[in-house]
Amino acid sequence: MPNARFKMQMRSRAAHLLFGSAVFAFCILTFALPATAQHETASDIEDGGRVFRQSCANCHGPDGNEIPGIDLGRGVFKTAKTDEDLVRIIQKGVPGTPMPATNMSDEQAKRVVAYLRSTAATKTSATAVGDAARGKALFEGKGGCVKCHRVNGVGARIGPDLTRIGQLRQSANLERSLVDPAAEVLPTGRFYRVVTKDGATVSGRLLNIDTFTVQMIDTKEQLRSFTKANLKEHGFIPSPMPSYKATFNTQELADVVSYLVSLKGRGTP
Amino acid sequence: MTRRTGLFAVVAAVVAVASLQAQVTFERILRGDREPHNWLSYSGTPFNQRYSPLTQITTTNARNLELQWIWQARSLEKFEATALAVDGVLYTVQAPNDVVALDAETGRPFWTTTYAPAPEARTCCGRVNRGLAILGDTLYMGTIDAHLLALDAKTGEILWNTEVASAKDRYSITMSPLIVKDKVIVGTAGGDGPIRGQIAAFDAKTGKELWRFYTIPGPGEPGNDTWSGDSWKTGGVGVWNAGAYDPETNLAFFGTGNPAPDWDGRSRLGDNLYSDSVVALDTDTGKLKWHYQFTPHDELDYDSTQVPVLADIQFRGKPRKAMLWANRNGLMYVLDRVTGEFLHGRAYVKVNWADGFDSKGRPQRVPGMVPTKAGTVIRPHVHGATNWAPPSFSPRTGLFYVAHFENSSTVAVEGEFPRANGINPRQTTMGQINLQNFLNNEDEAYGVVRAYDPNTLEAKWEYKMADITWGGVLTTAGDVVFSGGKEGYFFALDARTGALLWKAALGGQVNAGPMTYSVNGKQYVTIAAGNSLFAFALRGDAK
Repeated sequence: MPNARFKMQMRSRAAHLLFGSAVFAFCILTFALPATAQHETASDIEDGGRVFRQSCANCHGPDGNEIPGIDLGRGVFKTAKTDEDLVRIIQKGVPGTPMPATNMSDEQAKRVVAYLRSTAATKTSATAVGDAARGKALFEGKGGCVKCHRVNGVGARIGPDLTRIGQLRQSANLERSLVDPAAEVLPTGRFYRVVTKDGATVSGRLLNIDTFTVQMIDTKEQLRSFTKANLKEHGFIPSPMPSYKATFNTQELADVVSYLVSLKGRGTP
Repeated sequence: MTRRTGLFAVVAAVVAVASLQAQVTFERILRGDREPHNWLSYSGTPFNQRYSPLTQITTTNARNLELQWIWQARSLEKFEATALAVDGVLYTVQAPNDVVALDAETGRPFWTTTYAPAPEARTCCGRVNRGLAILGDTLYMGTIDAHLLALDAKTGEILWNTEVASAKDRYSITMSPLIVKDKVIVGTAGGDGPIRGQIAAFDAKTGKELWRFYTIPGPGEPGNDTWSGDSWKTGGVGVWNAGAYDPETNLAFFGTGNPAPDWDGRSRLGDNLYSDSVVALDTDTGKLKWHYQFTPHDELDYDSTQVPVLADIQFRGKPRKAMLWANRNGLMYVLDRVTGEFLHGRAYVKVNWADGFDSKGRPQRVPGMVPTKAGTVIRPHVHGATNWAPPSFSPRTGLFYVAHFENSSTVAVEGEFPRANGINPRQTTMGQINLQNFLNNEDEAYGVVRAYDPNTLEAKWEYKMADITWGGVLTTAGDVVFSGGKEGYFFALDARTGALLWKAALGGQVNAGPMTYSVNGKQYVTIAAGNSLFAFALRGDAK
């Protein structure tokens, strides 16, 4: 049965997938970030995000808000007031707390800071405070999300399983995926369509592709493999994920996001 | 209804139908022989015959087998798992406990689920796993930290995770689970240490424990008096290989491991039930129906964790519901699987610790063949005549096919790990991943595949290898026997004569049993070697 040990295992699995070694504990300090960005590029921010997930998120959480009083993704720190403060803390740690020093270069640390600023700047709408229980009802009811997605063994497997989505994605990303799903489709959510030489069309979520073959889980939830030489045509297609901009109002959107954020693995919330 | 919700409704309806189509029911598992394109349990069916009705590969065309694909595991552990084949998808384990779904035609991955066992997990002989079980659209795996996991076969998502026993107390699970009706049954390994072995059944849907059988009886239970003092508390008797199931009696059969400490019985005087035994359990209750002990008061580590093979045979002119067993202790057995009655037994390799059976089938020990201070040469070796690799029974030939060692021996020293006999300490070393240079002469053990007549337990033929083997055996309705060994060869033999039909050099040791399946009319045969899984089929233009 799911138990504390299991939850730890799931966490450990997610940590394995996403974060790597634990470094960066109990950071930092309270304050609000200035909105001005540095001269970082999009790839700098992406690099910073990668480093954050590998080195920081294991303690701070993927949203950066798992340590009380600190919300890295919303610019809430304990004492840091400037980028330089943050870079120093990342590199030297905070003595007397679990936040350790790291061996990050100035450049790496600055990229992490750039990433944190970018996430703070993109915190959306919101505004409304979500209610996960209401969000669950919307997810399973009005939203019809379970017709494609699966949570804790309930729902379809056409879209990605969302049982652990709260460990993997931040609330801002989740909200954006609901409102504008085409803006960013993760590789694990890409769809593919093949037409066989005898005219059969099959589409589904792509699981693997190589020079000669394609593997997917199709819309009938079958694991399918195709040899490209036997196909008349094949290629990526848009994700069937609809926009919920017109379906959910602001409060409902916040509720669903809260629910998704609460999904940290089997048995949660 | 909006266009979108309409589309969703259609999708949902299709999904419901598709899910039903994909269900691997227990009936399908029981009659795996009715769908030979699949391989639905560890040895094909719960009878564990490791026999396939597929006929495309035959004795005349096996020479045209060629490699179709290789899947390399990201692992430095031995690859002991037998894959399951379910409607074009192979499911296997990347040691220790990652689960992988592969396209059966190309070997390309659908998904991989990684599982990190607890750091305290300990195994005696490699961080290995021998395979999965499936029921419905759920896969089941025991882990080396003694958990039982259920995974969605379509996505690899972990559905539940139940701790069977504590890894901190040296329990682990390496066997493929046994499915019986709506239950998943597993046993706990670790019997070389101070555990008390267990077999437990869990609800396949929820992971809730339904019953638990201890392989060492507790105080007040029959058999507890076969352990002196408190030795029963830590007497070992692990269970670490696949069980069998007979629907006619609703009995599950498991082989049990050695008593602990392994090589010194002075602290655990008595027969040490139910070590080195086969236990027949009522699968509704977990109650013991019968047992047969192969090696009472074992001091040579002769685990009886071989795979029980069930066969309906003509035995001495009468139909018999038999159980065939080639044991690590060098003796081969025919038991009545309904009653546990000993029908026949015989040494199938050179054995010097026993010289026959009494009327009830208890082995007659040879005086002096026990560990001594000076060391006693005992046959077979501590690793046995065969160890855990799965054998095969072909209902077409009526023969029992076993890959095993011959001429092995060990020096049993009181209170110590038994030494190899002779000048070569590597006489029968355990399987590893990579090939090793081999220098033994035949007096220091060699490997064979032999075909035994269950009526006489005499070999009809023998295929001899230079080195010993940790590989299993597969037979098919094409009358082909597949096996492989420590030398890294995978080969096909004529099931009636033992003649070599074909071989391939795989570059790594074979530590698993072969299996076969078909996709789109093409028969494949797989074998794991080194840390990779290899799939062979007939050349495109071959007949």
